[in-house]
Amino acid sequence: MRLPTWLSQHLAALRALLVMTVLLGLAYPLAFVAVGHLPGLSHKANGSMVSAGSTLIGQSFTDADGNPVPKYFQSRPSAAGDGYDPTSTAASNLGPESVVDTADAKSLLTQVCERSLAIGKLENVDGSRPYCTSDGVGAVLAVFYRDGLTGPVTRAVSVNQTGTPFIATYEGVTVESAKNGEDYVAEGGVITPIRGDAPAKPVVPADAVTASGSGLDPDISVAYANLQAPRIARERNLSPVRVHQLIEEHTEGRALGFMGEPAVNVLELNLALDGK
Amino acid sequence: MAGWLFVITLVLAVAAAYRPLGDYLYRVVSGRKSNVVERGIYRLVGVDPNTEQTWGVYARSVLAFSAVSILFLYLFLRVQDKLWLSLGFDGVPTHIAWNTAVSFVTNTNWQAYSGESTMGHLAQMAGLSVQNFVSASVGIAVAVALIRGFAARKSQTLGNFWVDLTRITLRVLLPIAVLATLVFMIGGMVQNLSGGTDVTTLTGATQHITGGPVASQEAIKELGTNGGGFYNTNSAHPFENPTTWTNWIQLFLILCIPFAMPRVFGRMVGQNRQGYAIVAVMSVLALASIALTVGFEVHGGGTVPQAAGAAMEGKDVRFGVPNSATFGAVTTLTSTGAVNSFLDSYTSFGGMMPMVNMMLGEVAPGGVGAGLYGLLILATITVFVAGLMVGRTPEYVGKKIGAREMKLASLYFLVTPAVVLIGTAAAFATGHNSTALNTGPHGLSEVLYAFTSAGNNNGSAFAGITVNTPWWDTALGLAMLLGRFLPIILVLALAGSLARQKPVPESEGTLPTHQPLFVGLVVGVTIVLVALTFLPALALGPIAEGLS
Repeated sequence: MRLPTWLSQHLAALRALLVMTVLLGLAYPLAFVAVGHLPGLSHKANGSMVSAGSTLIGQSFTDADGNPVPKYFQSRPSAAGDGYDPTSTAASNLGPESVVDTADAKSLLTQVCERSLAIGKLENVDGSRPYCTSDGVGAVLAVFYRDGLTGPVTRAVSVNQTGTPFIATYEGVTVESAKNGEDYVAEGGVITPIRGDAPAKPVVPADAVTASGSGLDPDISVAYANLQAPRIARERNLSPVRVHQLIEEHTEGRALGFMGEPAVNVLELNLALDGK
Repeated sequence: MAGWLFVITLVLAVAAAYRPLGDYLYRVVSGRKSNVVERGIYRLVGVDPNTEQTWGVYARSVLAFSAVSILFLYLFLRVQDKLWLSLGFDGVPTHIAWNTAVSFVTNTNWQAYSGESTMGHLAQMAGLSVQNFVSASVGIAVAVALIRGFAARKSQTLGNFWVDLTRITLRVLLPIAVLATLVFMIGGMVQNLSGGTDVTTLTGATQHITGGPVASQEAIKELGTNGGGFYNTNSAHPFENPTTWTNWIQLFLILCIPFAMPRVFGRMVGQNRQGYAIVAVMSVLALASIALTVGFEVHGGGTVPQAAGAAMEGKDVRFGVPNSATFGAVTTLTSTGAVNSFLDSYTSFGGMMPMVNMMLGEVAPGGVGAGLYGLLILATITVFVAGLMVGRTPEYVGKKIGAREMKLASLYFLVTPAVVLIGTAAAFATGHNSTALNTGPHGLSEVLYAFTSAGNNNGSAFAGITVNTPWWDTALGLAMLLGRFLPIILVLALAGSLARQKPVPESEGTLPTHQPLFVGLVVGVTIVLVALTFLPALALGPIAEGLS
């Protein structure tokens, strides 16, 4: 019996797919799983594990309440689960103009301001940043104009603050604080972030106040490591010189001098501090 | 400076690969001698490698193979819990299985699921990563069929799909993937079948370190311009991209085949200079786009990047801003859609660039195969437009561009914008845009990005939007399906129509298609067509956000 062409064509397709599945879907990856058992490769193929985790996978150095353990270098903020959870890796995915807090979620701007303030306090440095209030939220006004988008200002509300607004007046109008549950954008307010007078290059570096892409970033910038060095020296009774020496030893420079950015592996550095 | 050096070395490496890789590809697709393995495969599949197929048969073979693939992958994902190495995960729910099956078969690799919490190792290896290979081969095969149409003289046939599929997979993709896997393993990617290890962190918490056959999947994910990550955070995940130099190699793998395809074109039509012209168009567009993306991200405009001091949200320290932006540009210029940093958190204009790259139709250099046939269509349209302007007969590498050819080329160009814009409009009309994470113009960008990515078979995302709902999975699945196979059918029809023609000798009236003038014209036509189609939508999204 001769099969109709369309059917024999689909049967050929199925056979082709099955052959490819055996070859590319089983033989190829499994061969490399076997290669991964070779000495020299097996450590890496199994995840570069050390005594307290993987050197490739970042972790939190916080206590049970989520507070930083002062004798350890701290990692970056992480959006993976409750932080550095490899079973739910994620980035924050909040956009560059995420500046207004809502009842259920803080804007990215407020998160950045909040982190900067907390790190400033922990490291005894100035935690101020552009577009941040001194109490660590996004400095953002909803400005109401007489004619919608133009004309004189009639009203201004500091949308992320319920307490005292970060500035008293805007264009001669007294700034109000926000009331819970009000949507000032829907009411016609124009969202206006206020730069403030913080230095353009804040003391707390950018990577310290932003969440990574992987949520598992094992590294921090050299600048953030240096910022933490005095605290580590104090907590561990080490000379600052020794701490900086350790930072240097655990800094991975750019590959071939031009790929990527210099990065300090936090777990390796902390293990070295513990003498492990 | 280091960031620019990163780009320059990539350009040099891809340029160095153009001739050897292109010539090798040419020999693979035009050779006829089969080796033992291939003869065995032809026997198992039940095809005669010496039969030539008309465009109709070729197209039906592509469609049959893809249809069977979608069905097989769908069933595979549905029953993964009954198979080995499922890691205890349930069968994938219907709408996600449909979306994922279509996504991987169409070379899109859009991911409505999170790898580490949905897919067992067998599903990743024998389901998803097989499609990473064969969907790439299908793209190259279709491009080669179109070139055969240009090169043929009064022929009814375009080659044999099954032979092309087998040869491209076994002789091009597999060997390079094998090499890349080894390099990646040396770089630190994991390759095991472990369900993960619980470890106690330095401060006494528990962390579950995941495992998996990652390196082998990663190699073909990049080489086949697929982009579907083993884990949710894709090439940002340290197990998928452990070092700054694996990052460079990933980009090289993504770019090498799409940029070598014009060489195959030049060789097959017997004029290498035609290949150089096409690769010049690709390069001009790609370099401009990469420079702009890196520029926007390093400048770091916008409220949050200004507050943070750099656009570091969603980026890992080892890659930094310039290399992350380069990756974002390259994976959207090709149809890869992998990410090593999260586009949703890019600056407004930096985040617009990936969208624009995809809207260009992914022709600079585009996906493996798909990029070349997309650009040849644009070149065809350009020849026609130029013909109208100066009153010359429109012809391209010896083939007349008549009414039938122009109809097919125009239809090809219209498919993707129609899918993207109608899809985006449908999401807003039905209220399904409400799953976007961000509000205002950025919310529109998230929806527009999703359909642009699906319609162009890219797979990257403004990932804040929640898309694993039945409506989104179905709609984006349809967008991917139409965005892949309607163009393929039109390309093969065009190839058939060109193949039947007798080549016309070059005359005084022929527009030379290998000179800078033509390169400039194609670049211009591409940009004008895209601008006319998408500028209104972009104005409401990223442009509104960036200017506010």
